[in-house]
Amino acid sequence: MAKTTYLEAIRQGLAEEMASDDRVYAIGEDIGLYGGAFKVTEGLLNRFGAERVIDTPVSETAIIGAAIGSAYLGMRPVAELQFIDFVACCFNILTNFAAKSRYRWGAGVPLVVRGPCGGGVSGGPFHSANPEAHFLHTPGLKIVEPSTAYDAKGLIKAAIRDDDPVLFLEHKLLYRRVQDEVPEEDYVVPLGQAVVRRPGDDVTIVTFGAMTHTALDAANQLAERDVAIEVIDLRTLSPLDYETILQSVAKTNKVIVLHEAQRTGGIGAEIAAAIAERGFEHLDAPPVRLASLDTPVPYSPALEAAFRPSVEQIVAAVEHLVEY
Amino acid sequence: MPTDVVMPQMGESIAEGTIVRWLRKVGDEVNRDEPLFEISTDKVDAEIPSPAAGVLTQVKVKEGETVPINSVVAVIGVRDTAAAEEPAPNPLPPSANVASAARVASPQPVKNPPTGPAAVRSGGSAEGGRVRSSPLVRRLAREHGIEVSQVTGSGLAGRVTKKDILAYIEHGPITALPTPVTATTKSPKPAPTFDADHATVAVPMTVMRQKIAEHMVASRRTSAHVHSIFEVDFSRVQRLRQAHNTLYEQSGAKLTLMPFIAKVVIDALRAMPIVNASVDGDQIIYKRDINLGIAVALDGGLVVPVIKNADEKNLLGLSRAIADLASRARAKQLGPAEVQEGTFTITNPGGLGAVFGLPIINQPQVAILGVGSLEKRPVVVNDAIAIRPIAYLTLGFDHRLIDGVVADQFVGHIKRGLEQFEAPIE
Repeated sequence: MAKTTYLEAIRQGLAEEMASDDRVYAIGEDIGLYGGAFKVTEGLLNRFGAERVIDTPVSETAIIGAAIGSAYLGMRPVAELQFIDFVACCFNILTNFAAKSRYRWGAGVPLVVRGPCGGGVSGGPFHSANPEAHFLHTPGLKIVEPSTAYDAKGLIKAAIRDDDPVLFLEHKLLYRRVQDEVPEEDYVVPLGQAVVRRPGDDVTIVTFGAMTHTALDAANQLAERDVAIEVIDLRTLSPLDYETILQSVAKTNKVIVLHEAQRTGGIGAEIAAAIAERGFEHLDAPPVRLASLDTPVPYSPALEAAFRPSVEQIVAAVEHLVEY
Repeated sequence: MPTDVVMPQMGESIAEGTIVRWLRKVGDEVNRDEPLFEISTDKVDAEIPSPAAGVLTQVKVKEGETVPINSVVAVIGVRDTAAAEEPAPNPLPPSANVASAARVASPQPVKNPPTGPAAVRSGGSAEGGRVRSSPLVRRLAREHGIEVSQVTGSGLAGRVTKKDILAYIEHGPITALPTPVTATTKSPKPAPTFDADHATVAVPMTVMRQKIAEHMVASRRTSAHVHSIFEVDFSRVQRLRQAHNTLYEQSGAKLTLMPFIAKVVIDALRAMPIVNASVDGDQIIYKRDINLGIAVALDGGLVVPVIKNADEKNLLGLSRAIADLASRARAKQLGPAEVQEGTFTITNPGGLGAVFGLPIINQPQVAILGVGSLEKRPVVVNDAIAIRPIAYLTLGFDHRLIDGVVADQFVGHIKRGLEQFEAPIE
């Protein structure tokens, strides 16, 4: 099987769903002629035409508003935000309207909002956000963030087929750096299922997105010292797969929750609290959170490197837990 | 002040208990919670811990005697006055003796953890009586009847870690620490001896034996026993066991057949509440909770520890609960609450090779599942003869409440559940 990049896998998944279901269409800024800021939608305009690959004015609120309206009329929109940071502009219609629509009057909104998230590329404070925690607090909204090309394709297809709104976070650091074998035939990766990326007995690291790779790098280093790390890649951030997390904690009894968004009020807080509540008697040490600093994302490469969790920090945290 | 030691009430329906053995003599010093005597009751045999620390000054009931509950059986007096008059300039509680070396090295252990690990890594890590451990360690200690303070800690600031307690469970204390409560000596059952003049010898039944006799006859008299036998293919369960046992062993559990059977029985009970019920006159009493009893053979007897709210446990939880109850049943460490309120029972006559059994219902339940021996047998699969691991499952049920169709649906549910086992394993 040929290696496919994370970015190409998302494009394939989107194109396959558009080809198999006429209701699926793409909408966003510069996604047609230009092929998208990161070229995820390149080629789709020629293949599917301007009615199904719609370029919009620079207004995130207008994109999501139009998408929700079309979903009410039976379409299955896939809206691109050039940088996921700007999803904040759509906070009201996503959280108050789309997420509650099924609850309020039984009208599901089969909407996917996708866009590049995350740092590590000197994007600075407006182009590096990891906004999952803002939306984790919203019942009715699913959140997905793949870490591999295989999952990126399988999850975008599952998200498009889902009858409710899904926030699909694409880590921009992974777009062209990650590639793996992606099948040609139709498949989905079901929403709500985490996966054990690497089994181990000593410490569990619960993470997702680009941090999955950072955790695996740390696990490789630690393996040389006979410390076996179990790495869980959440893949879906809402709803969370607590079963997989708690099973792992029951085995290793020590856990680190690792994410790239800022620490305070982050998804790690939620997961650590749930582990303490539901897995207390399996814990041989307090759950540890590793996350970015509580500041905006710095532009400076040196500062950003200090801001984001690093392999060294993970190794140090694991060493502490092993000794604890 | 002297403390009276009374015959405890081991369950709400129990009126009396027999003292089997005194574990301490008059004049012995005893610690609080140290096993003081062994009793035998209708429901359970147990070691009774001392209610106070001091000296055993009086034993009022001899071994073998039966007394009503709450009777005073012994008295614990204060330690002799010499000890009491000892000057006590040290403000620390006396239980902190063991850790005094550690204390010198780290007078404020919480705020100022010592950097030299050697200073605190000996003789437990009690701090004002509290031992640093973790929720996991405390649970394991509870399950194995171990005092955490007996385990030497190797973690930060002398914390007792998972590794420490697992090693302790496996190998026992490394240093000359007090013997753990679990290490009770078993009294061997003497074979009856005959003299030249008599062809028979009379030996009094133990209390447990008498009660088993009573219960079994009463059950036969009460319930209209019928038995239904199903053949079950354990191929899938065996495969799952082999694939996952290592993982279970790594987390200190063992994946035997019983948790699988328990899991599907629980599902079947949930699907068919009439089997999780009892009869009271002309009323059917349905039970909300699924409390699963598992029969454990003991020397000269049998006990049925109960997993309360068994439907709330996953496979790992069930396998731990089963192993824990069985080992504590054999060590006579079950509490009275742990053998009560069962709503269904599984028994395992196949352990020694029986193909199947026809078990008697454990009253007031209305059904009991017997598990026969698991053996490779030739069976017909798709018109070909195949070799499969097969066991016979027997349901003994009370025809007053359960008809054959219902019983067979119930066992059919179990058969399907085992042959197509689907619950999460890890």
